[in-house]
Amino acid sequence: MLLTITNEGTPATDLGYLLHKNPGRAQAFDLPFGKAHVFYPESSPERCTAALLLEVDPVGLVRGRGRALGQYVNDRPYAASSFLSVAISRVFGSALSGKSRDRPEAAETELPLRARLAVVPCRGGEGFLRRLFEPLGYSVSVGAYPLDESFPEWGESPYFTVELSAEVRLRDLLNHLYVLVPVLDDDKHYWVGDDEVEKLLRRGEGWLSGHPERTAITERYLKHQRSLARDALERLVEEDGEDPEEQDREEEAVETKVRLPELRIGAVLAALREAGARRVLDLGCGEGKLLRALLGDRFFEEIAGLDVSHRLLEVAHRRLRLDGLPENQRGRIRLLQGSLTYRDARLAGFDAAAVVEVAEHLDPYRLAAFERVVFEFARPRTVLLTTPNAEYNPLFGGLPPGEFRHADHRFEWTREEFRAWAEGVGGRHGYGVRFVPVGAEDDAVGPPTQMGVFELA
Amino acid sequence: MPEKISIPELCLVVLVGASGSGKSGFAREHFRPTEVLSSDFCRGLVSDDENDQTVTKDAFEVLHFIAAKRLAAGKLVVVDATNVQKAARKPLVALAREHDVLPVAVVLDLPERLCHERNRSRPDRDFGPHVVRNQAKQLRRSLKGLKREGFRHVAVLSSPEEVAAATVGRRRLWTDRRDETGPFDIVGDVHGCADELVELLEKLGYGVQGREGEFEVGAPEGRRAIFLGDLVDRGPRSPDVLRLVMGMVRSGTALCVPGNHDAKLVRALRGNNVQLKYGLAETLAQLEDEPPEFVEDVASFLDGLVSHYVLDGGKLVVAHAGLKEKFQGRASGRVRDFALFGETTGETDEFGLPVRFDWASGYRGDAAVVYGHTPVPGPEWVNRTVNIDTGCAFGGGLTALRYPERNLVSVPARRTYYEPARPFLPDENGAATPRPYDDLLDIEDVLGKRIVTTKLQRNVTIREENAAAALEVMGRHAADPRWLVYLPPTMSPSDTSNREDLLEHPAEALAYYRREGVSRVICEEKHMGSRAIAVVCRDEEAATRRFGTIDGAGIVYTRTGRRFFDDRSLEDALLGRLRRALSAAGMWEEFGTDWFCLDSEVMPWSVKAGGLIRNQYAAVGAAARASLAETVTSLEAAAGRGLDLAGLAEHQRGRLDAAGRYVEAYRRYSWPVRSVEDVRLAPFHLLASEGRVHLDRDHEWHLEAVGRLCREDDGVLLETSHLTAETGDPGDEQKVVRWWEELTGSSRGGEGMVVKPLEFVARGRRGIAQPGVKCRGREYLRVVYGPEYTAPENLNRLRQRNLSTKRSLALREFALGAEALDRFVGREPLYRVHECVFGVLALESEPVDPRL
Repeated sequence: MLLTITNEGTPATDLGYLLHKNPGRAQAFDLPFGKAHVFYPESSPERCTAALLLEVDPVGLVRGRGRALGQYVNDRPYAASSFLSVAISRVFGSALSGKSRDRPEAAETELPLRARLAVVPCRGGEGFLRRLFEPLGYSVSVGAYPLDESFPEWGESPYFTVELSAEVRLRDLLNHLYVLVPVLDDDKHYWVGDDEVEKLLRRGEGWLSGHPERTAITERYLKHQRSLARDALERLVEEDGEDPEEQDREEEAVETKVRLPELRIGAVLAALREAGARRVLDLGCGEGKLLRALLGDRFFEEIAGLDVSHRLLEVAHRRLRLDGLPENQRGRIRLLQGSLTYRDARLAGFDAAAVVEVAEHLDPYRLAAFERVVFEFARPRTVLLTTPNAEYNPLFGGLPPGEFRHADHRFEWTREEFRAWAEGVGGRHGYGVRFVPVGAEDDAVGPPTQMGVFELA
Repeated sequence: MPEKISIPELCLVVLVGASGSGKSGFAREHFRPTEVLSSDFCRGLVSDDENDQTVTKDAFEVLHFIAAKRLAAGKLVVVDATNVQKAARKPLVALAREHDVLPVAVVLDLPERLCHERNRSRPDRDFGPHVVRNQAKQLRRSLKGLKREGFRHVAVLSSPEEVAAATVGRRRLWTDRRDETGPFDIVGDVHGCADELVELLEKLGYGVQGREGEFEVGAPEGRRAIFLGDLVDRGPRSPDVLRLVMGMVRSGTALCVPGNHDAKLVRALRGNNVQLKYGLAETLAQLEDEPPEFVEDVASFLDGLVSHYVLDGGKLVVAHAGLKEKFQGRASGRVRDFALFGETTGETDEFGLPVRFDWASGYRGDAAVVYGHTPVPGPEWVNRTVNIDTGCAFGGGLTALRYPERNLVSVPARRTYYEPARPFLPDENGAATPRPYDDLLDIEDVLGKRIVTTKLQRNVTIREENAAAALEVMGRHAADPRWLVYLPPTMSPSDTSNREDLLEHPAEALAYYRREGVSRVICEEKHMGSRAIAVVCRDEEAATRRFGTIDGAGIVYTRTGRRFFDDRSLEDALLGRLRRALSAAGMWEEFGTDWFCLDSEVMPWSVKAGGLIRNQYAAVGAAARASLAETVTSLEAAAGRGLDLAGLAEHQRGRLDAAGRYVEAYRRYSWPVRSVEDVRLAPFHLLASEGRVHLDRDHEWHLEAVGRLCREDDGVLLETSHLTAETGDPGDEQKVVRWWEELTGSSRGGEGMVVKPLEFVARGRRGIAQPGVKCRGREYLRVVYGPEYTAPENLNRLRQRNLSTKRSLALREFALGAEALDRFVGREPLYRVHECVFGVLALESEPVDPRL
């Protein structure tokens, strides 16, 4: 990773005094995560360029204390990240706070400076990069790279060489870089330390509060490092590189416009009350949105949430604050890990089961097992099953034709397909079934969500 | 005369007697210490004081808890407490019922004076004579009602002499025929179809003399028939069937368990008011013509039949309607009801018949259960249970199961004697009622800590947290579990090499096996793609026959059990190529199979890992090359100014070069896949086919077998180059090293090789040796350890790696995978196969350095 700063003010060589680094020699600095080198590729009264070369130790990243990063194949040694911010504060600390022993007045002067970064990861693309720097007065030029020129079909890489030019005080330039480089890097913000808020306020003083992207900057900058403990599951799905949270965000993005999640919960609660179901199963409870609603209503006496993901159950446990519940409340709810394709004695004996947006996550060939587990063996009096109505998809703006609402959906049914399946299940297991629309119904394509209400005959 | 108390081997013995009557002494004399649960002892457990009457309630809770655990485990229990009050005995009778064992009362009705004296001689029993007096009074009041309370045997001992002379004998239960090992011919519901029965018996090799009225049946040497009940009703000749079966049972050539129709006939014959439905009227009409002695004989024969039998050391259970595990070898009204009627949900179906609860899909017992009762078009094993009632009276057939051979012998019905209320045979269009998804797995088959017993390694433990992680993968992503008959084990690298600028080298791989005492090894080229298991069936029918009603005629799945290809047409095309090659090589016939399971590698890597390659490998390559190129330029400029940067510049040029080599490395494993022609599948193990797991063959055999396959389709199927070597021969070692260098050198850039013992399963110094160790090439490892791993300062640190966890995992997973195949080929129930496959997946979630 290389940062160069060029001064074209006169005398350009003031840069050396401002940075407290002599253009006449190369220097090296040890950092906790590697090494920094400072040298000057050019130095003349007209133009002076200082280079900060940051060598991040790739093996240390994986093996060192704290094990910040699990992969040896990693962009950290090559791309600008929070490591660069740390290096700036360690190597150019005085300049960052605007101190200069020999050129105090130059430190307070706006100089024609140019910073060049090779390379910057920018997950928001070039547009985001410009939105970050242009409001601060920089003219921005960007060089992009393909992922691999041998495979043009793979498209562009997320890395850019970025050049920022402005009449700016050196301290401001450094502070901008200090804050905005990790912001560009976004989800790989592996900062070490817990006084980040103060750092952000100090480094953003005088410019951040007026920045049009201040919300995005603050959010991204303060995004805490993810759990260092990579759980067992991640190792298993590594090759496919899926991120379930990412996918959920997608579905929410598609559906939030109509507030479908809330509508679904409302419809399920109403149907449960109507059925007089006091002992209720939430099959596929995920992070516990429905559970929270059930818990908040004393009508429901016994609540059990089942999910296949141990991790999501932990999230639910935390979000529902189960450990903080008084004993009489705590006894109302249980969380169970299980799979809807495995018969499960724990699911027997409930009044009702809610299966909200779950069936479509099962491969079609597993529906036969699912059907037996729920309708033959768990066999509650009432089963409420919601699933997307595929016919409605074109009404969601932004969902390409033929695509599902969620990357993990294995199918999405039309009303007719759902009806056929549900009536088959009902017939085989002695349930009557009726269909309830959820969400605003469209005359032509029906509601966004369809709910089957199965009742034991 | 001394009392001979005879009790069933498994029962709940309740001792009844006042304090001081000698219950504990009696228990000590006649029972094992662990069989006796005394209330005093339990008082001591909860309070430190065996005489503390204030803890009586808690003490009895403990006693009942332990008694319940013992009874559930099939162990006899003796309750040593006064038990003189009905209220104290009632929960014990209930406990016996709950576990389907008989309650037995042994009453020590001794003179009060004697009890009192005994108590006085014990310092801890300082209660007055009124206590014993009350107890004796309560005891006498109880005596008459004990039978009514539910005690099936009551023995009363009324004097010290009687107590001293009494003996306790244990007799086996009526149902216990574990000493009879067969072989057996188990016959399904006959329902008065005498012609078919005679025909079936003859087909089974029995000699049947006489066609009606009188029969004499001779059994083939050593064999015995077992009738599953429902001898009567619906068919034309129930009396003849009865005569034949009764004769065989009495002459010892057959056993018979009762069916619900037989039980109902007994009630009708005994004058009970029963509905004359379901064919009973016909039977009674047929019996009209028989002499009354015969009818009486029939009634007493059928009435004396035992609900079910446990046979062959507990490995076989026969009952008319089947029997769940907890009822096997037990005796109670509900056990008999289950054996006769099965279990119903309390609901009725559209034909007005009771809806049966599917006990078989939840059956997890070790014993095979053979039963009838509900007609089925054809017998199907479900979890070690099989229903062989093929509805003879309804126009189906009469079927026998030969045991232990487990093959079926059947004769068709000569005609439809009775119309079934619910159709069970395929209708005119050939459509049978769809078979339910029988092989339903239970969450208890996989969750929680488990210990799997395998043939290769005695016990493999699966930890609870690993099972939890595996459930998510299995539940959300895995293919239909019926396809998953195997998952491959992980593989350890060879020991770390200390050669300059190498992490792995063939010398260490050979040295490992030399140390293990394995003299001959095979070195196989390691293809760089993704591991894939291919199950190929000859056609969809073959798939359905062997794997159940299942989607497709084969599958290709990943090492974590996911379907390999998202694009089903690509999968179908690849399976089609394999199928054609198997046909062309004549292997279906040669192996006598219509399915194969192959272990293989599918290329290119990018077909499965495209996202990973783009998002991680290519991205890092792009960042590295761009940033390092600029760095080198800047440094050269600075050096041009005379700064002392030659060393640093050289170093950065080295990094840029490494980045270029790294990009070269992953590029070799990526190419676009537009059709099956762009895919390569390199099979290297022919794991199993019908009736046989091929892990007893050596690797040369495997490569030869799959090589024949590959030569039939050299467009898509890829042979694996290989070399055998003696681990102790330095010349061989040189050969291997040269071969490996050739494979992995920068011109070919292969991943490396796998060194395996020539034998598939090889014993090493301590148990099984690693089934293979990989030895990866220097260039390939950049993809694993990063572009710059070869820099000396990096290599030195990377050499510190620990292989022991990986190796231990590899062995455990190998044992589980082999076990899964064994169980599948041995036609064990799905849950038994799944347990092993799930175990491999669970072990794969154990934390281990993913770069190994």
